[in-house]
Amino acid sequence: MGKTLAEKVWDAHVVRQAEGEPDLLYIDLHLVHEVTSPQAFEGLRLAGRKVRRPDLTLATEDHNTPTVDIDKPIADITSRTQIETLRRNCEEFGIRLHPLGDAEQGIVHVVGPQLGLTQPGLTVVCGDSHTSTHGAFGALAFGIGTSEVEHVLATQTLPLRPFKTMAINVEGQLKPGSTAKDIILAVIAKIGTGGGQGYVLEYRGEAIRSLSMESRMTICNMSIEAGARAGMIAPDETTFAYIEGRPHAPQGKEWDAAVEYWKTLRTDDDAEFDAEVTIDASELEPFVTWGTNPGQGLPLSASVPDPESFADEGARYAAERALQYMDLKPGTPLRDIAVDTVFIGSCTNGRIEDLRAAAAVVKGRRKADNVRVLVVPGSHRVRMQAEEEGLDTVFKEFGAEWRHAGCSMCLGMNPDQLAPGERSASTSNRNFEGRQGKGGRTHLVSPLVAAATSVRGTLSSPADLESAAN
Amino acid sequence: MEKFIRHTGVGVPLRYSNVDTDQIIPAVYLKRVTRTGFEDALFAAWRGDETFVLNQPAFRSGSVLVAGPDFGTGSSREHAVWALKDYGFKAVLSSRFADIFRGNSGKQGLLTGELSQDDIELIWKVLENEPGTEVTVDLEQREVRCADIVAPMSVDDYTRWRLMEGLDDIGLTYRHIDAIGDYEASRPSHKPRTLV
Repeated sequence: MGKTLAEKVWDAHVVRQAEGEPDLLYIDLHLVHEVTSPQAFEGLRLAGRKVRRPDLTLATEDHNTPTVDIDKPIADITSRTQIETLRRNCEEFGIRLHPLGDAEQGIVHVVGPQLGLTQPGLTVVCGDSHTSTHGAFGALAFGIGTSEVEHVLATQTLPLRPFKTMAINVEGQLKPGSTAKDIILAVIAKIGTGGGQGYVLEYRGEAIRSLSMESRMTICNMSIEAGARAGMIAPDETTFAYIEGRPHAPQGKEWDAAVEYWKTLRTDDDAEFDAEVTIDASELEPFVTWGTNPGQGLPLSASVPDPESFADEGARYAAERALQYMDLKPGTPLRDIAVDTVFIGSCTNGRIEDLRAAAAVVKGRRKADNVRVLVVPGSHRVRMQAEEEGLDTVFKEFGAEWRHAGCSMCLGMNPDQLAPGERSASTSNRNFEGRQGKGGRTHLVSPLVAAATSVRGTLSSPADLESAAN
Repeated sequence: MEKFIRHTGVGVPLRYSNVDTDQIIPAVYLKRVTRTGFEDALFAAWRGDETFVLNQPAFRSGSVLVAGPDFGTGSSREHAVWALKDYGFKAVLSSRFADIFRGNSGKQGLLTGELSQDDIELIWKVLENEPGTEVTVDLEQREVRCADIVAPMSVDDYTRWRLMEGLDDIGLTYRHIDAIGDYEASRPSHKPRTLV
C-alpha cells in the first residue's frame, strides 16, 4: 500500500525505532523565540549540555516586541528581560538571532518561509503551536513545549509517536470575497476544536491547488485550532516558484536534486487516510466567529445562535458561557455587531498578500470614526515591501496605525491589547477569553472582512461596501 | 523527575470544556525566565470570580483536577503545566486532552489520565455533593478511585513507564547518540542550514 505525504516525511526522519517506544525523529529546522526558550537554555546550562546543531537553529524576537518606538529601550521590564535573555542565550550557544530592528526580524512563522529556510520534506519545530504554518510547503511542522525545545537543542531529535492522518478535501473554487481564512474557519467549525487531535491534516483538492503560498500558510497555520498539531499541503510548482531565489534556497545542482526529491512528496494514489473530510469551497461565504473558541464560527450572513439550538449538552453550555462573555444576544445578525478595534496582522494573516488584500478594500476610503485600526506586518521585510508598494500610505490615509512587525495584538504580550469589554475584528487565530487583553472580545475574520469592518464599524464583507455605495 | 506511582488528594471539579492554555495561564504571565513561581497565575482570569471552584475553601488545597473534554487546547506554552504543578496539582483527569499539553505534562511529571466522560460526570457529582472528597489516581493499576467509583484510566504504556521510573527524556535519548550521528551523516546536502 502507498504512503501519505505525512508518512513519507516521517519515515525519512526516523533515527531509531523500537517496539513499544516512540520513534526518535530527526529535526531539520528548529525555530526559537524569546517566550518558550529561556527555561530550555537554562536546562542545558544546568546540565552542562551544548546545542548540538546551531546550524539548524534560528532565533527571532516576536512575541514581546513593541510595534512602536522600536529604537527605544523596551518599556516593560519583564519583556525587556526576556528579550535580553534570548540575546544572551543565542550569543552563548552560537545561535543566529534576528533581533528587533534587524531586516529579518519578525514573527517566527513569517521569517522562516521568507528566508527560504522552510522547504518541502523538512521536519520543522518551534516552541509555538502555530509552527503548523510551515506545513504549507509540504514540511512536517509542529509546535512543541519548552521541555521539547530543550530536547531538540541538546539532541536535534524528538521522541514521538506517529500521528494518524486525515485528508481535508477542499473541492470547487472559492467565490470572490471568500479566502483561505474562510476555508480554515469553516473546516474548524465542521470538525470542531478537538476534531484533529492526534492527526496530521493534509489539505487537498482543487481549491487548495489554486491557492498562493501565503494562503496555504493561512490554512496550515490554523490546523492547531482544529486540534491537529500539524497540517500539510503537497508541494507543487507554486511552492517551488516561491522558494526559488530566496536566501536559503538550494542553488545549481543542489536545487535540481532538491526539486527532484520534492516532486516525490505527494500522497500515493493507493494510500489510505485514517479519516477524510470534504468541504465545498464554492459554497463558502466569509466566515466569522461569534464565541470564545475558533470552532464557534458561522457565515457572516448568519445570526448569533441560540444555545438552545445545540443538541449536545456540552456544546450548549459552552455556547451559553461564550455568549455571556462576548455580551451577545441570540438572533442578533452578525453584520450588526459593532467593533472598537480592527487588528490586521499575525502569523495567520500578516503576510504581504494579506496586507495587499486589505489595502485594496480600504484604498480611497476613511475608517469608521469610532474604530481603531492596527496594521502590523508579520515581519520587518513584509513592512519594507509594503512600503515599497505604497500600502503604508493607503493605510495611513485611511486612518489606520501602521506599526512595526511582531505578534502584537494576536496575544497581547506587548502593549497592543484590548481594554476590558472592548471588541475586535481580528485576522489572528484565537478568540479565547482574554486572549487579546483581559476582558477583550475577539471575532476572528479574514483580512477582507477586517478591512470592510473597519470602514463600516460593524462586521462586514467588501460586498457590503459596494451595496452601500449603490 | 519525581516518580509517580499513585496519588491521593482533594479532587477539584472543573465543569468546563475546551479549557485552553490561555485560560490556564494568560500570556501576560509568560514573561518570566524561570521555571517556577507560576502558582498565582493559574486560571488568573477566573480566580477573580468568588464563585470559581478554586476560591471555595474545600477545594483550595486540591491536587487532582477533574476537567471537561478537550483540556489544554491552544498555545503550546509549557507554563500551563508549570502553573498547575506550582499550584499543587499532581494529576489532571479529562475525557480528552490536547496533544501538545499532554506531551508537556508527561515531561514534567504531571499525570494526564483519560477517563470516559460518563466517569468524569460521576466523579463531578461526588465532588460537588461532598466538596473536599479525595480522589486516588493509581497509575500502577491504571484506575481512578473516588468514593465508591472505580474508573479505568487510560495512559499510554511508554508514558506510564517513564512516569513510574521518573526518567528524563534527554537522558534517554543520549543513549542513542551514535544513531543520531549516523543519521546526520546520511542527510542530503540540499537541506538548508541557518549559519553560512
